[in-house]
Amino acid sequence: MSLAVQLPGLSLKNPIMPASGCFSFGKEYSQFYDLSKLGAIMIKAATEHKRLGNATPRVAETKSGMLNAIGLQNPGVDAIINQEIPFLTQFDLPIIANVAGSTIEEYENVTTALAGSDDIAAIELNISCPNVKEGGVQFGTQPALAAEVTRRVKAVSNVPVYVKLSPNVTDIVEIAQAVEQAGADGLSMINTLTGMKIDLKRQQPLLANQVGGLSGPAIKPIAIRMIYQVYQAVSIPIIGMGGVTSVDDVIEFLLAGASAVAVGTANFQNPFICSELIDQLADRLAHYGFDSVEQAIGKGH
Amino acid sequence: MEQAYATVHQIQQIAKATYQMDLLLPSTLVKQIKPGQFVHVRVSSGTEHMLRRPISVADVQPAHNLLTIIFKVFGEGTAQLAAYKPTDQLDLLIPSGNGYPIEQLELSHALLVGGGIGVPPLHYLAKQLVAKGVNVTAVLGFQTADDIFYQQAFEQLGTTYIVTNDGSYGAKGFVTDVLNQEDITCDYYFSCGPTPMLKAIQHQLADKPGYISLEERMGCGIGACYACVIPNKDQSSHFKICQDGPVFSASEVVL
Repeated sequence: MSLAVQLPGLSLKNPIMPASGCFSFGKEYSQFYDLSKLGAIMIKAATEHKRLGNATPRVAETKSGMLNAIGLQNPGVDAIINQEIPFLTQFDLPIIANVAGSTIEEYENVTTALAGSDDIAAIELNISCPNVKEGGVQFGTQPALAAEVTRRVKAVSNVPVYVKLSPNVTDIVEIAQAVEQAGADGLSMINTLTGMKIDLKRQQPLLANQVGGLSGPAIKPIAIRMIYQVYQAVSIPIIGMGGVTSVDDVIEFLLAGASAVAVGTANFQNPFICSELIDQLADRLAHYGFDSVEQAIGKGH
Repeated sequence: MEQAYATVHQIQQIAKATYQMDLLLPSTLVKQIKPGQFVHVRVSSGTEHMLRRPISVADVQPAHNLLTIIFKVFGEGTAQLAAYKPTDQLDLLIPSGNGYPIEQLELSHALLVGGGIGVPPLHYLAKQLVAKGVNVTAVLGFQTADDIFYQQAFEQLGTTYIVTNDGSYGAKGFVTDVLNQEDITCDYYFSCGPTPMLKAIQHQLADKPGYISLEERMGCGIGACYACVIPNKDQSSHFKICQDGPVFSASEVVL
């Protein structure tokens, strides 16, 4: 049984990785298990300068899911390169850096800064953060803008670029095709869906930001559907995510067309989830008649 | 910090919507818990509840392998927790956060100010302070007489004032009224309760060194998700409440 997957810039020993924003820069989870076990890590989004993020409350639980509106709090790309990445280099672990911004220039500048580090294996271009006022998701909802930011980031990046798609669109296939034509090496999907919860006692939106991004098992069928559709329309690989909590979920994402699978919200419920999924994957793939991960990719079509 | 399964030893309602749960854990784990630290509790298996709940520790008895938590039922998650029965297993991340740094403090008289469900961690703190030979005065505020718990436990540890918002027991008003009326001397104060109360205490006791324990909706509970934050003194950056706190020096955070 081979769990290995080869993707642009990424030689993965297995297809499981923590999703950006749910795992910080790895340090906290490294107290639970050896991070070298992971296929890769998608680190928390970087912006050009330090960002403090939104007011609290920033999270709310919902049925089989959660809303978050962190607002891209991060210490800025230089501090990430100098203070966070060195810790991760002790592990046998490809690092996928998540790049965010308010303007195309900011996306370019963050990517340029990351190109100065030898420790980044790939970039996840975050054009789909729903929780910031400027930029973020607007680049992910208009095909021409999505293509433009992809082209500009590709031009300054020295590693493959995976564009993270927003599900908050009418036609995700159109966006996927636009960024593929603009030179994206791969896609990661899906980011969170915008949602809201109203506090019945205060009779006001619960989150300080009012709106937040919905993640967790509640969104999994949407992620599966979108990956299934996009897989048929593009020829670049997809890293799938959205509500994975079990090894059967992982295989469902592979069947839909994902080449690797990221785990987000489930880390909060069970800090060992990625490690456990990796342990269980080979037996479960065999159970469904597969000899390797690669055999299962896209088999649902 | 580690993940551990505790066995529910006993659960009882001790006030309105307020439950005390005694948990059996290896004594090596119980011994590690410092006053002010919390446990991050998974309320159910399955995927309906994806977020753990941070619950403060009200007492520990390492000799009996016991850890006591007290929580109030606010929503579906805590209601589910209140339905646990003896011998049930509870999934915890333990110990979480940083407690009150009493080992590093020189003091002879401590003032403890608690509000509602902020009272439990002060009980364990009071026990530890008394064991260190520190005099403890507790000022505890509750909404109504029905919400009061642990009055006798605090009275055994030191002078205790109880105040209710509606006057249905003890003095009527807020903990800050008691602090205005009574001349309480202390070297340090320690407080836990709703943020408006902490803000009032921070203001009223500005000339005293003190520590406050903050409450916030948490995600991971280990410092990875940046959900629970509080601005530092000059508001140039954020502390993470779950990892840097939940206890902070009163002068280092802006509420």
